Amino acid sequence: MDEFGLNRSEMTLRQKVWHIHWMFVLLLCATAGIGFAMLYSAAGGNFDPWASRQMIRFSAGLAMLVAVAVIDVRLWLRYAYAIYFLALALLTAVEVGGSVGMGAQRWIDLGVITIQPSEVMKLALVLALARFFHVTRIEDVNRFVYMIPPLVMVVAPAALVLRQPDLGTALMLMMVGGAMFFVAGIRLWKFAAVGVAGLASVPVVWQFLREYQQQRVLTFFNPESDPLGAGYHIIQSKIALGSGGLFGRGFQQGTQSSLNFLPEKQTDFIFTMLAEEWGLVGGLTLLGLYLLLLVYGIAISLRCRNHFGRLVGVGVTTTFFLYVFINIAMVMGLIPIVGVPLPLISYGGTAMLVVLLGFGLLMGVYVHRDVAIGRRGVDEEP
Amino acid sequence: MQRDGDRQKLFTRRTALLAGGKLVLLSTLVGRMYHLQVLESERYATLADENRINIRLLSPPRGRIVDRFGVPVAVNQQNHRVVLVPKDAEPIKATLDALGAIINIGEAERRRILREAGRRRSFIPITVRENLSWEEVARIEVNTPDLPGVMIDVGRSRHYPHGESIASVLGYVAAVSEEEIDGDPLLQLPGFRIGKTGIEKVYDRALRGTGGSSQVEVNAVGRVIKEIERQEGQPGTEVTLTLDMELQELASRRLAGESAAAVVLDVHTGDVLAMVSTPGFDPNAFNRGLGAEQWKALISNPRAPLVNKAVAGQYAPGSTFKMVVALAALEKGVITPASRIFCSGSLKVGKAEFHCWKRGGHGDVDLTKGITQSCDVYFYEIARRTGIDRIAAMARKFGLGQVLGVDVPGEVAGLVPTREWKQATIGGTWHLGETLIAGIGQGPILVTPLQLAVMTARIVNGGFAVEPHVTRDIVDRKGALPRDRGGFESLGVSPRHLDLVRRGTDGVVNDPLGTARRAHIAEPGFEMGGKTGTVQVRRITKAEREKGVRKNEDLPWKERDHAVFVGYAPVHAPRYAAAVVVEHGGGGSKVAAPIAHDLLLATQRRHPVQAAAVVRGGG
Repeated sequence: MDEFGLNRSEMTLRQKVWHIHWMFVLLLCATAGIGFAMLYSAAGGNFDPWASRQMIRFSAGLAMLVAVAVIDVRLWLRYAYAIYFLALALLTAVEVGGSVGMGAQRWIDLGVITIQPSEVMKLALVLALARFFHVTRIEDVNRFVYMIPPLVMVVAPAALVLRQPDLGTALMLMMVGGAMFFVAGIRLWKFAAVGVAGLASVPVVWQFLREYQQQRVLTFFNPESDPLGAGYHIIQSKIALGSGGLFGRGFQQGTQSSLNFLPEKQTDFIFTMLAEEWGLVGGLTLLGLYLLLLVYGIAISLRCRNHFGRLVGVGVTTTFFLYVFINIAMVMGLIPIVGVPLPLISYGGTAMLVVLLGFGLLMGVYVHRDVAIGRRGVDEEP
Repeated sequence: MQRDGDRQKLFTRRTALLAGGKLVLLSTLVGRMYHLQVLESERYATLADENRINIRLLSPPRGRIVDRFGVPVAVNQQNHRVVLVPKDAEPIKATLDALGAIINIGEAERRRILREAGRRRSFIPITVRENLSWEEVARIEVNTPDLPGVMIDVGRSRHYPHGESIASVLGYVAAVSEEEIDGDPLLQLPGFRIGKTGIEKVYDRALRGTGGSSQVEVNAVGRVIKEIERQEGQPGTEVTLTLDMELQELASRRLAGESAAAVVLDVHTGDVLAMVSTPGFDPNAFNRGLGAEQWKALISNPRAPLVNKAVAGQYAPGSTFKMVVALAALEKGVITPASRIFCSGSLKVGKAEFHCWKRGGHGDVDLTKGITQSCDVYFYEIARRTGIDRIAAMARKFGLGQVLGVDVPGEVAGLVPTREWKQATIGGTWHLGETLIAGIGQGPILVTPLQLAVMTARIVNGGFAVEPHVTRDIVDRKGALPRDRGGFESLGVSPRHLDLVRRGTDGVVNDPLGTARRAHIAEPGFEMGGKTGTVQVRRITKAEREKGVRKNEDLPWKERDHAVFVGYAPVHAPRYAAAVVVEHGGGGSKVAAPIAHDLLLATQRRHPVQAAAVVRGGG
């Protein structure tokens, strides 16, 4: 039981809770608060049906964040692969017998809650890669044989998710993997090689895409070609954003969203609604909050004394960044529409859960920042 | 730990690079936001408004049409209709069943509703039934809780309270057809009705009014959220007719059952007091929407209910034309009032023999007797003396053979034959025999009942070119806009000659031997004058003539004579002229004259002649 020095508990629970980065949590609450306001507005000035439930979810998520944060980071290191394989098994299970919703197989219904294994996988992959690069010597990282396992770790779930089909999550898994490869020290020319290979494989991937996904990509390049069909989302979203102007049209005054021209305004397109009602100022405020969270996340990663914690920190932060960037870029028409929600703001349980659990891990990393973990799990420096 | 130190350094460097990359990406988001929300903000704000604001046209109420006394003859009625919004009425079949238990919904209607519900977007209401009675409205309102998505909607629909009796003048309104769409956006409105014929068509622009507009905010599926701005339109202008609805009704009753037309005219002003064509049609049926079978029945009816025979029916004038022939002869100077012509019952010209209607002949005939007893031989002779071109010229002066420009659509010119006309159309030279036939108003001559009335009016008003019209003035909110009613020009016919002809027509009705003696008006001061006409529809062969002409009643309807009568009253100071044509009605004296009697008597009773109005510039 001493593989990662787990038998040593340096801190009491009370100390751990005290060490949680409460400023970070406050920022989370502020961000989530903006989300509640938007959901209130999306429902035409009602807490029902979205804002109230979102508040409950956030509260529950926050409790879980604290719970995850106080768990010894070495425990996560030990069970990283187990968690990864469990997530992979679930992912395979949805492939076999998941319930079909929104045109894609993504959920496993457990009766009480529905689990979206692809979301769980986002964190599981971060943990697994962090463990792999933690235990791999820096000299070996760039060796070919040592590159195969992490590549498989990334590609296997990405391929499964792509088959569901969920292009957004697949891309996120690959990008998070890429980011972790990058900070783990993989040489840059290898990324270039993978990039070239990736471009070459575009025609193959294209075959994997469902027609609606292909349509979305095509529409992205020319949304006006089909203003009432596939291009409708992008056009209406841009109109809503643009009409918001500098200071917005006022809380609950956004005509595009309140008159339902804006689709999915409470989920994927909530940023558009915020920008319509609160304008550039509102949009920048939210981006500012996100930026602060990212800065703290990176700072926590850099500050950590164990490599596993650093990698987990970067992985979680990058996942969070990707949520934010993909969602906002997509509603502004910078990238094709892939169903990625805006973290902490969009209505929906799974994304909220993933983000808060991820930040729970990040807090865990912060709490255990001074715990040194040897490459083989042995404390080399007490 | 040295190794971890290397690893950490590399990690820190790479993480900084990664963070830098993220920062660049976030900056592109900010740049994009700036581009959309600041640089192109105005453009997108406009687009958002275009999304949100929907301009709806408000249809103005159509102008009323009233008779000369202000009695409404075309009005707008509140039309209560029951509509169904499929979105809210699910399941539609069950809702229809429930509604069907309250009001009657036919099987065909039911199919139409279900078809429309399948085709249209689910929030667009479908009309289930129009023109609901109060009772039906009440029953639906009471049952509203059981009828989801069912609503009572109040619209306006055109209603003609007098129905058939004035339909041929008023025309009707119906849905706009493709070729009628002009610049007026109102015509694009669903359910908008436009004048299709009659007054409704001629004055459609004025009656229509101008549309208002309402700016409404709509949501993404087009449902109205609220009204932002409203601009009221201009209601249609009211049109006042010269018709007297009482007279119109009377004429309509008197002609009922016949295929006939009658016109009553003010001889000085040209006001048409009554204009009836029978059989008529129900103009309200057109507004409700005519079934294919009803339409077919109207179109294929041999008595042509949709044709306004008063202006579009063409008939030979028969003996009524003799007034014009007499005037032409007098003006040319080929006869004097005292000139006598002997009638032996027929006139031989070359090899041909021309018969008088009276087999035994009239003996010595002068002008007055010729008209009074309608002696054919007298008119054969004076026509021969006058020549067809002179007769034609005189006919044209009195309004025949031309469109008179009355403000009722469908008017036709009729035909006054001349040598040139024959050369140009049939070919060949004009024969003397044709002149003789024309002298008694038969042959190719064609006139309309309105032309007959105008002809009579111009003869008895002292020879002024009175022109007929059915609208008096168009009144809108700003007040009366009287139409220009300048004095009519003199026709340049000797008043003495006109008086001679008038005296002859006095005798037609009031002389004991007159052809229309039976139809004379007994009430002193109201007496009428006139001229009968019986128009042969089929040619009577020589063989038939010898065998004895069959009685008109024994012939098939289509082959019977047309009965024609033109009259005027009061006989000594004429103010009103009337023309009556009964298709295949038989003799003018027996059928048409009594109708004219009733019309002229009623006209005088309702419109007592004022002394001042009677005297109207002479010579």
